Amino acid sequence: MATAAVRGRLTWQTATVTSVMRETDAVRTIELEVPDWPGHHAGQHLDVRLTAEDGYTAERSYSIATADDEPVAITVERLDDGEVSPYLTEELHAGDQLELRGPIGGWFVWDTSDGGPLLLVAGGSGVVPLRAILRHRQRAGSDVPARLLYSSRTLAEVIYHSELDQYRGGVAVSYTLTRSQPPGWTGYSGRVDAALLAKIAWPASEHPLVFVCGPTSFVEAVAGNLVALGYPAGRVKTERFGGA
Amino acid sequence: MSPPVSRGFRHFRRPTAGEQDRVPPGQYVAQGFPVLSAGPTPHTPLPEWTFSIRQAGETLKSWTWDEFQALPAQDVTVDIHCVTRWTKLDTMWRGVPVDTLLGQAEHDAPYVMAFSDGGYTTNLPVQDVTNSQAWVAFGYDGQPLAAEHGGPARLLVPHLYFWKSAKWVRGLELLDHNQPGFWESYGYHIYGDPWRQQRYAGD
Repeated sequence: MATAAVRGRLTWQTATVTSVMRETDAVRTIELEVPDWPGHHAGQHLDVRLTAEDGYTAERSYSIATADDEPVAITVERLDDGEVSPYLTEELHAGDQLELRGPIGGWFVWDTSDGGPLLLVAGGSGVVPLRAILRHRQRAGSDVPARLLYSSRTLAEVIYHSELDQYRGGVAVSYTLTRSQPPGWTGYSGRVDAALLAKIAWPASEHPLVFVCGPTSFVEAVAGNLVALGYPAGRVKTERFGGA
Repeated sequence: MSPPVSRGFRHFRRPTAGEQDRVPPGQYVAQGFPVLSAGPTPHTPLPEWTFSIRQAGETLKSWTWDEFQALPAQDVTVDIHCVTRWTKLDTMWRGVPVDTLLGQAEHDAPYVMAFSDGGYTTNLPVQDVTNSQAWVAFGYDGQPLAAEHGGPARLLVPHLYFWKSAKWVRGLELLDHNQPGFWESYGYHIYGDPWRQQRYAGD
């Protein structure tokens, strides 16, 4: 195969949107058919390139939302002052084409052989690569115990809510809502601080493997608190999102 | 083959005439100062901080924080380009030129590996960190460099993608051959020239 010879070089290719699913008011999951996709690992990302009618192009990176053996999908949050995300979340439809290349990144990834126990800590749409990790764990039949702590401003902004609520046996999902809580809310409230992490996180003695993804200030606070709880820095993998 | 056109993609302005030759292809101008790092932010107390020039397991030269502060520093204003696509114009730094540091260690090595607290490394040709192209920076925008941006000191190599400007830098290892550092081992480009869009291996 011609592609095998140039493996390692990521070339742009045209992908076709097979579906756009609404996750929340501002978030869509875009499933893509990519003719020449080499496969990906949970936690990796890809680059999207859009070309406007006047030839202007813009590129952005997005975390891949699906498990290793699933079709490629990205989950995109609309940023009101963004350039690319409003198009992806509001204009894009099934059948549309766009350019992408990937997968990218080999650090913020998890495979069954990496073991655990897993602690996944998500802030907002930082849940996307962590959802891919949970899906991969499930589909690969792994029994590595996993805990997800997911911080969201409101309940309505929780992405993948029904999917995450279905996890049983080996996966525990906890939510904390930072801005407002609905009546009768039984999850946590407020930001992920040292006290909440101490409650949710595996004891450091169990040698957990941690993935933290979210806005910079969130990741800084969580990673710092985990180190304070005795987690070795080398077991705490972080990824920040930004960009428009 | 022409790329698919995204109808309804309402793009922002193109860079202004003054910015055009300062924003590399695929980048956009950011107002904030985003952060990219692989793990928790290390906090090394200044009394324990040193900056070392090493070769083949030997320390050729080492400075304590106070000794480092006594070296002649420069104020530089440069544009920086992150591989995640933000470009920040006119950033103001204070730091010691790498020329000054390598000038105090006798060597003819062609490459260096910058090493940092937290285990981060990144590789660079010596000719890219000398000739007034690189600094070990400890000040940003008139203030001490914040830990989340790499303080107390980070490498500053503005003509390459910003992952080459290693945060929390603690020294340079002289090498007789080129070898990949941290991100370079995980699929990022071995050199990282933003003007040639050398983002990933093979670009």
